[in-house]
Amino acid sequence: MELLRVQNLKKGFGSTDVLKGVCFSLERGQVLAIIGSSGSGKTTLLRCLNFLETADEGEILVNGQVLRTVTEAQIRKNRLHFGLVFQNFNLFPQYTALENVTLAPTMLKRDAPEAIRARGLALLDKVGLSHKVNAYPYQLSGGQQQRVAIARAMALDPEVLCFDEPTSALDPELTGEVLRVIRSLKTGGNTMIVVTHEMEFAKSVADVVIYMSDGVIEEMGTPEEVFDCPRSHKTRAFLRGAQEPF
Amino acid sequence: MFIPVTMQLLSGFAETLKVFCLTLVFSIPLGLVICFGSMSRFTPLRWLTRGFVWIIRGSPLMLQMIIIFYGPGLMFGLPSMPRITATLLAFSINYACYFSEIYRGGIESIPQGQYEAGQVLGMTKGQIFFKVVLLQVIKRITAPMSNEIITLVKDTSLARIIGIYEIIWAGESFIKEGLIWPLFYTGAFYLAFSGLLTLLFGKLERKLSYFRG
Repeated sequence: MELLRVQNLKKGFGSTDVLKGVCFSLERGQVLAIIGSSGSGKTTLLRCLNFLETADEGEILVNGQVLRTVTEAQIRKNRLHFGLVFQNFNLFPQYTALENVTLAPTMLKRDAPEAIRARGLALLDKVGLSHKVNAYPYQLSGGQQQRVAIARAMALDPEVLCFDEPTSALDPELTGEVLRVIRSLKTGGNTMIVVTHEMEFAKSVADVVIYMSDGVIEEMGTPEEVFDCPRSHKTRAFLRGAQEPF
Repeated sequence: MFIPVTMQLLSGFAETLKVFCLTLVFSIPLGLVICFGSMSRFTPLRWLTRGFVWIIRGSPLMLQMIIIFYGPGLMFGLPSMPRITATLLAFSINYACYFSEIYRGGIESIPQGQYEAGQVLGMTKGQIFFKVVLLQVIKRITAPMSNEIITLVKDTSLARIIGIYEIIWAGESFIKEGLIWPLFYTGAFYLAFSGLLTLLFGKLERKLSYFRG
């Protein structure tokens, strides 16, 4: 069943066109990996989906409904369809891990306080941090902070969970724990969009892979199609570069 | 002589404290209003506010006080306002302008990612400001605010220029009796009070040291 449809999305900053008409759709429970070199528009696409940027043209549909962006309240409501995990975690430093997870549901009065707390504890347990619920962000490693950020993004039960290069700011030995958590979410049936430079991860977790280049989708298909027999020469060149030993 | 001098200085110090406390009460919130004005996306308001801050910060507080006290009468023939009102008006506006710049520095130093994290979690602008940003700003501006507030303790002595009987005036009045030590005694009041403020700000800083960022 189609959950998300993006139609002809365009976005420019000043005279630079960053997205030049992006179209794709995603089924419920699917994992989409977006790869591409920096400046190709991957992050902007993700930011448009989360309404941190407003697209200049095009439409975003969730469950067949066009998301409108006229009023502030509409935009806030649209954002709840999506969750976003940032490259730099962006945890709230003055709150503990648990408070980071429960803050938004509390603000939005999603549930009774005890229920929100119980759900927060369950989410932190899911990302393997039940022993760190009362730690402040500065007391956590980068990998742990990113796992808290994942739990926080899930606290509002978004329909599509987005990751913007979730391991790029991490030391190499910490990327594994975060990727394992993301993989476990796929097993849990979450619909996800992952912008990543981790080709092996994209290959093994994604159902669909998009290669973006210069603001357009250059290639889209299953991991086998994109990684093993890419049709576009740009994709081939990119993958060669990404896999090349130095 | 010690007791009468002490009594005299205490009455001056009461006036000093009054100017100090009421100035803070008015200028701390007023500073926030000016701060939002100087950060407004509405350009005319932003430039108007910044121009106002430039005038207030760029001219002496003493001059501002004199103009506020004598100006309305001399320029428009209005009845003069009470001395304490003119003093508080001048002090509050002056300090609010300095505070507004400290606030602005604090607010602009918060990474954009903090706002974005709040936004993607469906929080409103108000919720993001009060629940996410504000405490981080307070932590960051504690040191510059304590600087400014300790300066205010001593600036209150300027109020004598429009006839507020503050503590230095009280101490100075003993010179005609040939006494210099009441002036040193006056200094001790200032030192004790700014010492107390230093302790209080240290306490606040320790209270906010439970997180970093």
